[in-house]
Amino acid sequence: MKRLEALTAVYPRLQDKVVVTIMGAVAAELQSIGHRPNFFYLQHAMGLASSMGLGIALTRPECQVVVFDGDGSILMNLGGLTTLARYRPRNLVHVVFDNESLLSVGGFPTATSTGSDIAAIAAAAGIPRTATVRALDEFTRAFDEALAAGDLTTIVAKVDAVGPSKFVTDLSLLENRFQFQRYLTSVHAHSTR
Amino acid sequence: MSPVSTASSRLIYDALKASGIRLMSALPETWLVHLVRMADEDPDMTLVRLAKEEEGVGISAGAHLAGVRSAMLMQNHGFLASVNGIVSCAQLYRIPLLMLISYRGEFGERDPWQTEGGGVTEDLLRALRIPFSYLDRADHVAHRIAKAQTLALSANKPVALLLCRDLMWEEAPS
Repeated sequence: MKRLEALTAVYPRLQDKVVVTIMGAVAAELQSIGHRPNFFYLQHAMGLASSMGLGIALTRPECQVVVFDGDGSILMNLGGLTTLARYRPRNLVHVVFDNESLLSVGGFPTATSTGSDIAAIAAAAGIPRTATVRALDEFTRAFDEALAAGDLTTIVAKVDAVGPSKFVTDLSLLENRFQFQRYLTSVHAHSTR
Repeated sequence: MSPVSTASSRLIYDALKASGIRLMSALPETWLVHLVRMADEDPDMTLVRLAKEEEGVGISAGAHLAGVRSAMLMQNHGFLASVNGIVSCAQLYRIPLLMLISYRGEFGERDPWQTEGGGVTEDLLRALRIPFSYLDRADHVAHRIAKAQTLALSANKPVALLLCRDLMWEEAPS
């Protein structure tokens, strides 16, 4: 499965979700499908996309949050999985695209290439729902089931180590940040009316 | 009884509440025990206990974009452990971040393991161009916290308050 295919398959479901992604290929590919004001791309601070998702999910329980993470990023914040599990936001779906490499810096293999199992680590950290998927139909089914379950879920999607030819897009970081904040504020205004 | 000042902790906590803080992330350490307990016992406060302090930067960033004011409670060694998150999340994305940092390793420190971190804390804050001040007397706690929060929000950037021994610790000097 290619990550771009996986993102494309679930893209229609993201219209009303609060989406946080990591940097690099995930951010560039989601933008290539189509940026929306409800998408935020954390273009550095590796490991913190899941923590940002937690911060949003805890403070905005009426919003469904989706985090698109990666193996290299979550390996930098494995302790964060225990924090996610501890507070168990039921409105958070955590997808880890696992290409077993640090693709954007040259494809160096990560520890998942030598057997480290992120879904098992997440389960052992206490994440109530976890899955590892390898095929596109498996991924979309797991994603839809996670949304329907209404509980914290980590889905590890094994994807090919291929990505876009470039990672810099024409969306400036601060434009994205303020647009996303305005989106969240306006959703709040509607929900409290 | 721990010599950590309950009265000073209460002053700090009440000032944070008055500044609109509704979420605190914390990694407990000795000087922070009362503050963490107060947050835990307050039904109007979301307390997030962390595995490592840098997570708190991401959590506060998410909370801010979602419209909720937050604060981070940590030891200065936790601040040292959070530097990349502060730079490449909070500063890169202009996130107001109110950091309350217990200033261990300063004059009066008896724990040898705290002393190295104490010696670099202020230099690191300056290197990162993070505005900071000290909480070392009860009478300025409330307005310094309020002013720190005001600057964080107007400048859209991290600010720090150093929780000092004279405020936090009630043990008689020897």
